[in-house]
Amino acid sequence: MRRSMLFLPGNSPNILLNADFLGSDSIILDLEDAVAPTEKDAARILVRNAITSLGYTREVIVRINPVESPYWQKDLRAIIPVKPDMIMPTKVGCAADVKIVADFITQLEKEFGMEEGGVKMIPLIETALGVENAYEIASADSRVTAIFLGGEDFTADMRCKRTKEGTEIFYARSRMVLAARAAGVDVYDTPWTDVEDYDGLIEDAKFAKSLGFTGKSSISPRHIPFINEVFSPTEEEIQYARDVFACIEKAKAEGKGVVSLRGKMIDAPIVARARQVLEAAEAIRGGK
Amino acid sequence: MSKLVKDMKEAIRLSGLKDGMTISFHHHLRNGDMVAVMVLDAICELGIKDLNVNISSIFDTHAPFIEYIRDGVITGIETDYMGGVVGRAVSEGILEKPVTFRTHGGRPSDIIRGASPIDVAFIAAPTADCMGNCTGKTGPSACGSLGYAFADAMYAGKSVVITDNLVDYPLVDYSISEEYIDYVVTVDKIGEPSGIVSGTTKITKDPVGLVIADYAARAIDASGLLVDGFSFQTGAGGASLAAAKYLKDIMIRKNVKGSYGLGGITSYMVDMLQSGCFKALYDVQCFDLGAVESIRTNPCHMEVSGAHYASPTAKSSAVDSLNVVILGATEIDTDFNVNVHTDSNGYIMGGSGGHSDTAAGAKMSIIVAPLSRARLPIVVDKVLCKSTPGNTIDVLVTQRGIAVNPQRPELAERFTAAGLPVVDIHDLKEMAEKLNGVPKKPQLGDRVVANVLYRDGSMLDTIREVPVR
Repeated sequence: MRRSMLFLPGNSPNILLNADFLGSDSIILDLEDAVAPTEKDAARILVRNAITSLGYTREVIVRINPVESPYWQKDLRAIIPVKPDMIMPTKVGCAADVKIVADFITQLEKEFGMEEGGVKMIPLIETALGVENAYEIASADSRVTAIFLGGEDFTADMRCKRTKEGTEIFYARSRMVLAARAAGVDVYDTPWTDVEDYDGLIEDAKFAKSLGFTGKSSISPRHIPFINEVFSPTEEEIQYARDVFACIEKAKAEGKGVVSLRGKMIDAPIVARARQVLEAAEAIRGGK
Repeated sequence: MSKLVKDMKEAIRLSGLKDGMTISFHHHLRNGDMVAVMVLDAICELGIKDLNVNISSIFDTHAPFIEYIRDGVITGIETDYMGGVVGRAVSEGILEKPVTFRTHGGRPSDIIRGASPIDVAFIAAPTADCMGNCTGKTGPSACGSLGYAFADAMYAGKSVVITDNLVDYPLVDYSISEEYIDYVVTVDKIGEPSGIVSGTTKITKDPVGLVIADYAARAIDASGLLVDGFSFQTGAGGASLAAAKYLKDIMIRKNVKGSYGLGGITSYMVDMLQSGCFKALYDVQCFDLGAVESIRTNPCHMEVSGAHYASPTAKSSAVDSLNVVILGATEIDTDFNVNVHTDSNGYIMGGSGGHSDTAAGAKMSIIVAPLSRARLPIVVDKVLCKSTPGNTIDVLVTQRGIAVNPQRPELAERFTAAGLPVVDIHDLKEMAEKLNGVPKKPQLGDRVVANVLYRDGSMLDTIREVPVR
């Protein structure tokens, strides 16, 4: 279950030390924008050692530098041997960008005698080209299990202003969700960048959820509880899902073919939705 | 009639102060206090020496004490808290006689029962009239409550009020009454407002502090104590304040109507009062301008004396009815003993204040602390100084889990049931040592530089000299 993903700078020892305790379902240890070029090597070593020695219980994602930079291969060479859960390649514009990273990961896995395909990928799509090619990116490689929208760089590329209302990224968000669902992968929303504006964050997260996003990333630990809450099923949703299955069981026992609950026929999409809700509830709090 | 005297020296002369006597001060002007040093300057000019100074807390603004110790003007100190500057000098052995540390409840208790008599009390008063009625709620140096000064005024041989805001008699809404005051002195300025109270106390932005605060608030929620009538005290440290904020959200959501908030009061506690979380605030000391404004204007925000706050020999005190207190620690050991007196090198940099009073009184005492600070584990085998006994500490909350004192198994059960990460305190120590290594213990001298008294006056621990290298 991945509702929230927290970006953390890869060159800050104290943050890495406590990364596991900040409440997010995943932690994204950043080697890219949060780290100055002169610090890249130090951050790589720090992130590698943190993964090796701190025993993170959260899902660990490492954000690497873009393929057009001189750093991405060094990033992967340092990080892949310690087997993070996922790699987040950046500025991904097309399927080839995914393939080049995926192939290099495969090469490293072979080199280090690791299980092939164990490290998954969550490409960061943050350009007009990337959004345009979202479906081919999402289905480019079996390592890709999710895609991620980076709103700040995207709007810069689109030459429009990033606003709190988010009208300028509405199409990109919808397009990303559509591409991800068509490819059968998860999809994650861009961070809310006003650290102090919790009401705005909640509205933005609710809107992303309504579009179909699986979860949302954050640059602030303080945003995590709100994101987790928005992307968790509500008590009513859980109860309804339980009722759906109870109803189906009852109908089976009574030999009825058509089942209805609260005056509405239970069809396949309702059952699928109910199953998703219960699985999510199970993943979050052990079904309690 | 008027008790106004010409100047400080005249007040000192009239008070009959002689070599070898005990004088006292309160610390409500905190790091902005100018009165203690001003009085000592006058005493020095009068040639009086060998004084025992009983002051409820010492801040870095009291650094000139060091010179007065060297000159033999101050030869003894009794206090509840000592900041790092004077603390360092004391740790390095500047005073021949060991400092006596008490608690904020133990101090008035010992003054009232005669165990630590005061000859002359000097009471800094932000507003006073010519007969000595005084208050901290108004005036250019307003500090709010004068709680810690009550016992001094009432039980000292002579009491002198020192003010920079003399008003016509009678002062309305006084805190300390004229019946206890012998002399009144006016001065230009009793304190530096920026050091007295902060503008606004802010909760921490440190993500680790916020995680700790969140766990602490959830632990309170899970404890079974968070019901109507709930009473609460928290420190002014970042994580403690953040816990208060989270707790407020829980109380509002669950519609819990608490009874009182206690202690040193910040605007966060004021906010809880105004939000209906409490019926009243019992305020022995104000920490920020929001608290000062509230105690002046809101009749439900009440000033209490140090004895009412926490005296163990009072017929009852407010800490006795306390449900939950959140406290800090510089170290805590695997027996839950807490050190708030010394740093990891053994230097004095704090004191109990109300730490052990509230821990003893509250139904649940919570320590909030990160697992390590500056690469030093907070959980240790044995604390350098036992400030608060472990049998009065129930819970330690860190970012890596919550340790519950084995004598409170029911709390551990409740926390576990609520999904909180309960861990053994030994495991926390191991985790911290795995990350940071095991620090070497400081090499301390044999000489005792301070005695730490428990709230009932018994000896709890001693603090030894740090040899100067």
